[in-house]
Amino acid sequence: MLEIKGLEASIGDKQILRGIDLVVPSGEVHAVMGPNGAGKSTLGYVLSGRAGYEATAGLATFNGADLLDIEPEERAALGLFLAFQYPVELPGVGNANFLRTALNALRRARGEAEMDAPGFLKLARAEMKRLSMPDDMLKRNVNVGFSGGEKKRNEVLQMAILRPKLAILDETDSGLDIDALRIVADGVNALRGPDFSALVITHYQRLLEYIVPDRVHVLVSGRIIRSGGPELALELEANGYAGMVADAA
Amino acid sequence: MTAVAETLDAVQSATEGGYKWGFSTEIEMDMAPKGLNEDIIRLISSRKEEPQWLLDWRLKAYAAWLKMEEPHWAMIHHPPIDYQDLHYYAAPKKKAGPKSLDEVDPELLKMYEKLGIPLKERAILAGVELPEGEAPQVAIDAVFDSVSVATTFKATLAKAGVIFCPISEAVRDHPELVRQYIGSVIPAGDNYFAALNSAVFTDGSFVFIPKGVRCPMELSTYFRINARNTGQFERTLIIVEDGGSVSYLEGCTAPQRDENQLHAAVVELVAMNDASIKYSTVQNWYPGDAEGRGGIYNFVTKRGICKGANSKISWTQVETGSAITWKYPSCILQGDGSVGEFYSVAVTTNHQQADTGTKMIHIGRNTRSTIVSKGISAGKSNNTYRGKVSVLKGAENARNFTQCDSLLIGDQCGAHTVPYIESRNPTAKLEHEATTSKISDDQLFYCRSRGLSQEDAVGMIVNGFCRDVLKELPMEFAVEAQKLLAVSLEGSVG
Ligand SMILES: Nc1ncnc2c1ncn2[C@@H]1O[C@H](COP(=O)(O)OP(=O)(O)OP(=O)(O)O)[C@@H](O)[C@H]1O
Ligand SMILES: [Mg+2]
Repeated sequence: MLEIKGLEASIGDKQILRGIDLVVPSGEVHAVMGPNGAGKSTLGYVLSGRAGYEATAGLATFNGADLLDIEPEERAALGLFLAFQYPVELPGVGNANFLRTALNALRRARGEAEMDAPGFLKLARAEMKRLSMPDDMLKRNVNVGFSGGEKKRNEVLQMAILRPKLAILDETDSGLDIDALRIVADGVNALRGPDFSALVITHYQRLLEYIVPDRVHVLVSGRIIRSGGPELALELEANGYAGMVADAA
Repeated sequence: MTAVAETLDAVQSATEGGYKWGFSTEIEMDMAPKGLNEDIIRLISSRKEEPQWLLDWRLKAYAAWLKMEEPHWAMIHHPPIDYQDLHYYAAPKKKAGPKSLDEVDPELLKMYEKLGIPLKERAILAGVELPEGEAPQVAIDAVFDSVSVATTFKATLAKAGVIFCPISEAVRDHPELVRQYIGSVIPAGDNYFAALNSAVFTDGSFVFIPKGVRCPMELSTYFRINARNTGQFERTLIIVEDGGSVSYLEGCTAPQRDENQLHAAVVELVAMNDASIKYSTVQNWYPGDAEGRGGIYNFVTKRGICKGANSKISWTQVETGSAITWKYPSCILQGDGSVGEFYSVAVTTNHQQADTGTKMIHIGRNTRSTIVSKGISAGKSNNTYRGKVSVLKGAENARNFTQCDSLLIGDQCGAHTVPYIESRNPTAKLEHEATTSKISDDQLFYCRSRGLSQEDAVGMIVNGFCRDVLKELPMEFAVEAQKLLAVSLEGSVG
């Protein structure tokens, strides 16, 4: 379970998050929507520990462990995964090597045996097949020369292989064609279960038709101004944020 | 006091202390007095039982050296070297090193541990003196399993007609070959350090690959008996006749200490028609402590000549050690259609200084050269790529591609690129690309968010940056080099 209480965060001396309260129980998928610049990505970064995104007040725990106090890799070992809005290129680093190193780092941290290269390749190939990704994706350098959509799919592949307990998907649906959208949704839905929760950041109600959320939260100017069921996304789609912001004020 | 003098005095006092503790007096007998003059050179030559022509050659080099000045064009700074304060002959070499691992720089020991070097080997590499009765050779055998390996190894080579031996042995057993080729690529008076080496060299390897022979195994200095006692003034000569090929590995990823702070090696390569030579180096001499004290000064002259048509010489180097690296492995592309390659990774951290690069001299028609240089600087270090591509008049259709990339870690280090291009033939096509980048916070965070530690993340990004060079190394070396790069940069970020 992810529990966030009164979370405030700044970048430099600019305050971005102004008191977030949010609980995502195990087994649930929550959507976060909100206008550009509202602080959605910032929330993802603060939870996963990016330098320069400083939590100045409040709490964030995952299954009881204080997230804000530990290194990004320790958060990953706890089961946190962030699918980046803008995946980063790693020139010269092979995708397979990167993924296997990451997987084994997580396994080591959890006291599990490392996976050898053949075992890993088998796992990776199976996941790629499920996500309709071509085999050469593994041989290419991490995100280098990938199209926008390929980068997003690569994030989903990483998620499928690393099997997180809490996934934060930051606009993973943006820039995807319809088929890819379905594949991404399948990737998330495949992980769904009592020990998995997800925070899906999106601008589009369409994704939520494939990944049906338990709750939808509306984040505006660093605060969650409304929460509700899946129907809230439909309401936003129809009316936009303006009315909701006025109501909340 | 000069830096070299300091180190040597420390060695000297340890040696003197050593006598008190009852070490062999053999050292005293075989250590030439400090200083360099004709008598010392005569002594070296007579101890090695050299022919007159080699003595004359050494003396000529010495005379040239006396008239030369230490070069100062490189981006390196060091206290003046007092050449009269060195011992130029000492045999057998007995290390006057630390008495136990407790006396060794703890940083160095940490590095051994990270590289996975067994305890016993760590002591040897750090130059710890072994108690009397425990001959170092035995331990070295354990390290590289050398006696048995070297024996089968030598038999296989002999069967193929390959000569691979210490250069002093070659002077004795194959004088006509040595006489023909020594100094033929790097003349005795080529530069200050090469001249010094020519006058006083005492160690090094000799390789001869006869016509049509592809050397059946990679030749590694590991397997040369006594390879551990790498000399201060090494001289290596490799000759490959028509259609032959060889891959030669020099160095070792484990950081090595040496009582000699100044190193001035010379390597000459000769490739005849259709011959190919691949020369790979991993250089990890002791860089000094975090302040740069006590590190090795490495002034190396390496040059190969593609004498024959369609011959090929390829230099690959991974340079992570030494306080100072001054080194420009070069190719003279004389044969038509010959190919020169230079792949280099140079890492500097703390106060290390590296000024390294290559020269590609296009003489023959249709000659091609490739230069890929990756410089990584961290800490307060300085890393300079210095390269020259020169196309002479007759080099119709010469081609060069140069790629120079610098990676900066932190904001107190320096990266410099000094490319010279000189073309006297209008048909030449020369391309040069250069980039400077930093390990970005984005990249580090991306890796760490996937579970990689900060250090693994740096290692992964740096190895990615160096990929184009590392893939040129022989497999076994490449794996070690990758680990070495990651370990060298530990603690440099964040
Ligand atoms: N490095 C930075 N320095 C200063 N301000 C920043 C920095 N990064 C983000 N911000 C600001 O923080 C605010 C929140 O940004 P954030 O990326 O979290 O928005 P978002 O809700 O994800 O928007 P979008 O829907 O466009 O992705 C924005 O006003 C943005 O300009
Ligand atoms: Mg965003």
